[in-house]
Amino acid sequence: MTEHPGRITREDVAHVARLARLRLTDDELDLYTGQLGVILDHAADVASLDLDGVAPTAHAMAVTNVLRSDTPRPGLDRDEVLAAAPEVEQHRFRVPRILGEAP
Amino acid sequence: MDRYQGGGVVTEGWELVIGLEVHCELRTETKLFCGCRNLFGDEPNSNVCPVCLGLPGSLPVLNQRAVELAMAIGTALHCDIRPSTFHRKNYFYPDQAKDYQISQYDEPINVDGWLDLPDGFRVRVERAHLEEDTGKTTHAGASGRIHGADYSLVDYNRSGVPLVEIVSAPDMRTAVQARAYATELRAILIASGASDGKMEEGSMRVDANVSVRRSTDATFGTRCEIKNLNSVRSLGRAIDYEAQRQVALLESGGVVEQQTRHWDEGTGRTETLRSKEEAYDYRYFREPDLVPVVPDAEWKAAVADTLGLMPAQRRARLVELLSGGNGAGGNDGDGDGDGELRVDQIATVVDLGLDDLVVGAVAAGVPATLALARTANEAATDAEAARRLDGSSYVALLTLEASGSLSATQAKVVLGDLLLAGGGDPAMLAKEKGFEAMSADSLVETVGQAVAAEPDAWARYCDGEDKLAQVFVGKVMKATRGQANGKAVVAELQRLRG
Amino acid sequence: MSEASSVAELATAVRNGTRSASEVLEAHLAEIDESEPSIHAFNLVTGDEARRQAAAVDAVVASGGDPGLLAGVPVALKDNLCTRGIPTTCSSRILEGWLPPYDATVVTRLREAGAVMVGKTNMDEFAMGSSTETSATGPTRNPCDLSRVPGGSSGGSAAAVAAGFAPLALGSDTGGSIRQPAALCGVVGMKPTYGTVSRYGLVAFASSLDQIGPFAGSVADAALCFDVIGGHDEADSTSLNRPSPRLLSVIDDGVEGMTIGVLTEFLDGADPVIAERTRMAAEALASAGARVEEVSVPEVALALSAYYLIAPAEASSNLARYDGVRFGLRVDAEDTVAMNTATRSAGFGAEVKRRIMLGTYALSAGYMDAYYGKALRVRTLIIEGFSRAYQRCDVLLGPTTPTTAFPLGAKVGDPMTMYLSDVCTIPTNLAGHPAISVPFGTDDGGLPVGVQLLAPALAESTLVRVAAVVEAAAPGWTGTRGVGS
Repeated sequence: MTEHPGRITREDVAHVARLARLRLTDDELDLYTGQLGVILDHAADVASLDLDGVAPTAHAMAVTNVLRSDTPRPGLDRDEVLAAAPEVEQHRFRVPRILGEAP
Repeated sequence: MDRYQGGGVVTEGWELVIGLEVHCELRTETKLFCGCRNLFGDEPNSNVCPVCLGLPGSLPVLNQRAVELAMAIGTALHCDIRPSTFHRKNYFYPDQAKDYQISQYDEPINVDGWLDLPDGFRVRVERAHLEEDTGKTTHAGASGRIHGADYSLVDYNRSGVPLVEIVSAPDMRTAVQARAYATELRAILIASGASDGKMEEGSMRVDANVSVRRSTDATFGTRCEIKNLNSVRSLGRAIDYEAQRQVALLESGGVVEQQTRHWDEGTGRTETLRSKEEAYDYRYFREPDLVPVVPDAEWKAAVADTLGLMPAQRRARLVELLSGGNGAGGNDGDGDGDGELRVDQIATVVDLGLDDLVVGAVAAGVPATLALARTANEAATDAEAARRLDGSSYVALLTLEASGSLSATQAKVVLGDLLLAGGGDPAMLAKEKGFEAMSADSLVETVGQAVAAEPDAWARYCDGEDKLAQVFVGKVMKATRGQANGKAVVAELQRLRG
Repeated sequence: MSEASSVAELATAVRNGTRSASEVLEAHLAEIDESEPSIHAFNLVTGDEARRQAAAVDAVVASGGDPGLLAGVPVALKDNLCTRGIPTTCSSRILEGWLPPYDATVVTRLREAGAVMVGKTNMDEFAMGSSTETSATGPTRNPCDLSRVPGGSSGGSAAAVAAGFAPLALGSDTGGSIRQPAALCGVVGMKPTYGTVSRYGLVAFASSLDQIGPFAGSVADAALCFDVIGGHDEADSTSLNRPSPRLLSVIDDGVEGMTIGVLTEFLDGADPVIAERTRMAAEALASAGARVEEVSVPEVALALSAYYLIAPAEASSNLARYDGVRFGLRVDAEDTVAMNTATRSAGFGAEVKRRIMLGTYALSAGYMDAYYGKALRVRTLIIEGFSRAYQRCDVLLGPTTPTTAFPLGAKVGDPMTMYLSDVCTIPTNLAGHPAISVPFGTDDGGLPVGVQLLAPALAESTLVRVAAVVEAAAPGWTGTRGVGS
């Protein structure tokens, strides 16, 4: 048996909400902490297994080398693309101030 | 001999440790995961589709050419080319269309290679992996920079452009080595056809991981990653600045914090980026929309076969020619200064992919020094045209110059015409311009006039001051508007001196 | 359209001109007008667009051409399939007003086969749910009992077929989202092998599990629909490069000589009446010449937990792009981080937020190995478990769901209880295998019961042969359901 991670805390939930760009009220924080705790308790049957000798499966079907030829294909009409955008300026997507550099 | 200016200065008692991460954009027709054109200088958001815009429901399909260029880079860097997978690197940023980047993570296509610097120092290459580029953000506001901008605008033409990230081991110990590595890697990327290597335009981006440690320390110090290095020169300056900053910090009892720092070319300093972002947690996991790439021996061999000679081999080939192995090298004035000049000329010619012109000309009997000089100095001014130039025209021109039928000045003019036209008959072109070799009589007469006009210089020349020959050569050239052959003038002077 | 007919017969009638596509369409639109207000199967009924498509089909027939295998057949599309210029919302506020600039591959294939698209069906938001109650447009009601849920997440598509709004509908199945609502609404629902139907244009929930499949009134109709939408697509790297399917031609080949395994783990947790129906189906297969035996695959007990780590993990990444920058909803704020946050907080409903946070947690530093990493290894165990069973059996049989349709609101406040509705369907998704739910009578209250057949990867032809035998033996089976009204 491998060790089972501790129960998810309110701080954990606040942290993942920040990572996922979600804002939660205090009530929501309490609610989700409880609900996620129940789900993760159920997942303890998986989390506590010793599976060191088992290979992970990321794809159900083992396919390799799916490749496309380097041939240009028509893209989208720019006006159609920009028409879907919440805000556009100079044919670009406009966003509010960016506070940090890209990582 | 130090071709790399600056750098290499480390405070006594300290050692500098440098590793470089180089991103290069691949020269494909289309993007990494979609059929949009890999052209991001176009009108904003004109080369986009559901995939590179990250629209709901879209799926990536891997570009075979991009994989093969990555394999070519791996081959050129002596890497082990491995079965590889893609992961998602999750982080929110407006230039990242899907808010995750598809990148190779724990199973990169190329691992465990190396790059030899021209002086023989070997830098290990840990990995060279495929990933996609982001869109481009411009910041609106007085500064034009991210800080203090009122808002920003995003263009996704660059989104999904294929990149290979080449990560060196922390093997370099001086800024000189780092510069040599970046220069050599750039030459390799160009030679392999993978990239145009333009640092100024961002198609090759270099980040430096820099740390310092006391010479007696066994472990590395805390490193800082320096970004925004737009030239090999900035790379050297930034490393030297950063090394001194870290040493000063440590000597004054401080500690180096692991952080990303930006090089500011204007102030000549690295600066930390104040970020309000939370610490990043990229939550890497296998990209479920893509399948593994498993190159077999046949595929790897096919890619290796497309690779021409690498820069080191091509430079060696020119050095061999110049050393006069075939008797065509000539040996006029092979002093140290000329040696250094030659090294630079060879580097230029190889960087620009013009070495085949030199090799072809020498094979046809043109003196190697002349072939190298004309190629590095004149043909190089329009390298693109020179690469297209008909080799036989070039040989014919250099043969006319070598035989004295055309002066250097005339040859350069005719070369300009050849480059414009992509070829032609240099003898005809010379004739059209009225570039006839001077008759022997007229040369003797002009030299005589020059000698008569400078009696003092003549007397000293006769006393053995050989370098004063240039005075007379200059006068003859001026009088003949460059038509005279310099060597013929010197020969006549020597004959007159007796 | 008085008598019931199969989709193949309907298409044949349109192709040879005995019925017009427009007439077929109008009959279905009339049915929608009549009953849709009480069911809410659709987020959008595309009547005008459908009329244009039907007229085009009729024009092809009139000019002597062949509009295709689904000529004039009305089809309802789950609202997570991209349709060019037609709203595609995933029943989420965050996609309100978004008009996709392209068609999903399955949509193109349906159109090329002459199908007529009548609308976009309601679903659990981003396909996250088992009752269609997490939809931002309100719940769909089960046509068999309007006080009950239709199941989910493709509840609108299941209800549309059950109510006779369309003889065919497409759904997507990530953990049972086709089979579970099919069972609860009394129609056939098929989840094909992962990679046999292109996902290009399917708005992703969990990319390694999602698969598009048909809802239909009969196994034959579902098989025909699969024949049309299946086959290789270069736009989906996980699409298998194999010849296009031809299920309809083998469907009547019977089960003689096959071995059918009754999956004991699925029976154990099911309501007694559902277990009983499943045993009846097994007996019918035995009578038709199959060998029937009980089979145990103990690993399936781990599937629910593994699924609720893997699917949310992938979802947390797939749903990052709803950031208010390029399309869909934006809630303005001072800076980009605040704008992203405000947009996502307002645009996503509670279940979607819950799963995004669960998935983010399962992938985050410190928990990745214990949760996501373990779940991927459990996936291997489940595949190995099925593989053992398929050494002895051609097809496995079990219930589709542990219960019949439950009342609206009964489970919506308790996520874990809701998740347990998918306990019998999830293992197939983790294995990437095909499975089909076939109606098999009702419970004591008259609510439909579905039995599920499972097969190894790419064994769709075996699967539909067995399903056709089960269907023919089902109590009350008269030949077709739902078609023709």
